[in-house]
Amino acid sequence: MGLKSIPDTTVFDLRLSRHGRRLNKMCGSLCSPANRDAFKRDEEGYMTRFSLNEAEKNLVRARDFGGLIRAGLNIYWMLKLGSVTGNSLYRMGAQMRGESYEQFLATRNFKDAV
Amino acid sequence: MPSRIVGGLGLSHVPSVGVAVDRDKMQTPAWKTLSDAYVPVREWLARLKPDVAIVVYNDHGADFQLDKYPTFAIGAADEYAIADEGFGTRPLPAVRGDAEFSFHLVESLVAEEFDLTVCQEMGVEHGFLVPMNLCFPHRADGWPVASVPLQVNVIQHPLPTGRRCFRLGQALRRAVESYEKDLKVVVMGTGGMSHQLQGKRFGFMNEAFDQMFLDGLEKDPEQLASLSHHELMEKAGAEAVELIMWHVMRGAMSPKARRVHRHYYAPMTTGMGLITFED
Repeated sequence: MGLKSIPDTTVFDLRLSRHGRRLNKMCGSLCSPANRDAFKRDEEGYMTRFSLNEAEKNLVRARDFGGLIRAGLNIYWMLKLGSVTGNSLYRMGAQMRGESYEQFLATRNFKDAV
Repeated sequence: MPSRIVGGLGLSHVPSVGVAVDRDKMQTPAWKTLSDAYVPVREWLARLKPDVAIVVYNDHGADFQLDKYPTFAIGAADEYAIADEGFGTRPLPAVRGDAEFSFHLVESLVAEEFDLTVCQEMGVEHGFLVPMNLCFPHRADGWPVASVPLQVNVIQHPLPTGRRCFRLGQALRRAVESYEKDLKVVVMGTGGMSHQLQGKRFGFMNEAFDQMFLDGLEKDPEQLASLSHHELMEKAGAEAVELIMWHVMRGAMSPKARRVHRHYYAPMTTGMGLITFED
């Protein structure tokens, strides 16, 4: 069973979800102003509180969004990390495409609809 | 007269629409095309005068976390909170529910072997709220219709099949039509259309696919519902798989339902589709 792979695409299935459970749990906690403040005050302490391993911490430290997706962070949970670190969906997307934000916007039909 | 479904809508739930609504930007050039498309839809809804909207949507990690993730979940409360999905709580009044109607839907659906997770507390976010913003603008004192949120797992594979979603819609219709109170109901299938939000294929859209999907809803919805998740994700982007929620809406309409409105706008990273049906 399971799904066939699709080029340049991560399919979020149960195995990946289990792999990324610490990351998703941490990011899910960012749905409260107090926790967002706590993350901003002490990112390292916050990651430790959610038992992230060193590889996961490095991905967060580097704001390596493509790496985080591959490590099992679901895109919708990653948006919460984006919000707390000042990275919009489109900025994260540009990085995952290997482009600057401006390069990415130039590929869009109507870039003001952000 | 028992309750009945008076209309069905398939529509995108792109979160940036919520931001545009909150910042009063729906009349700016970037959003006016979309905004204008909903004017006749709201006029149509005003004529239909629905009492309740059943909103088929997915949560994006605001109220449902991955430690326990239901395949189908339904709200059964008289009020639903506005959830903080990581960006702060939007300044919107709490959503009005209809617990008695929800209870009836649950009883009928479970009797038909659709074993939904029943939520007596539920917070709703953009997947639910953006369609409400577009179709049923709120006033200071609340929303013009009561709602039943119906949450579908479109995030963590395995997902329910398109056919399962279609059959859920058919069962939902029977559930509505067996409710003794005289309610007029609309069903909204939300999400999509083509988009991919991760990996090197971020930003992928496919208008030809989206138009084919809209055609299929009009002409042969049952056949359309047999489209596999793989085919949907390959042709329309990984996150486009949420289009399976539109099958619930179409299954809830009669096979010969008449298409009323149809619109498509794809400014940034998502094909924003809109289609409406009337029985």
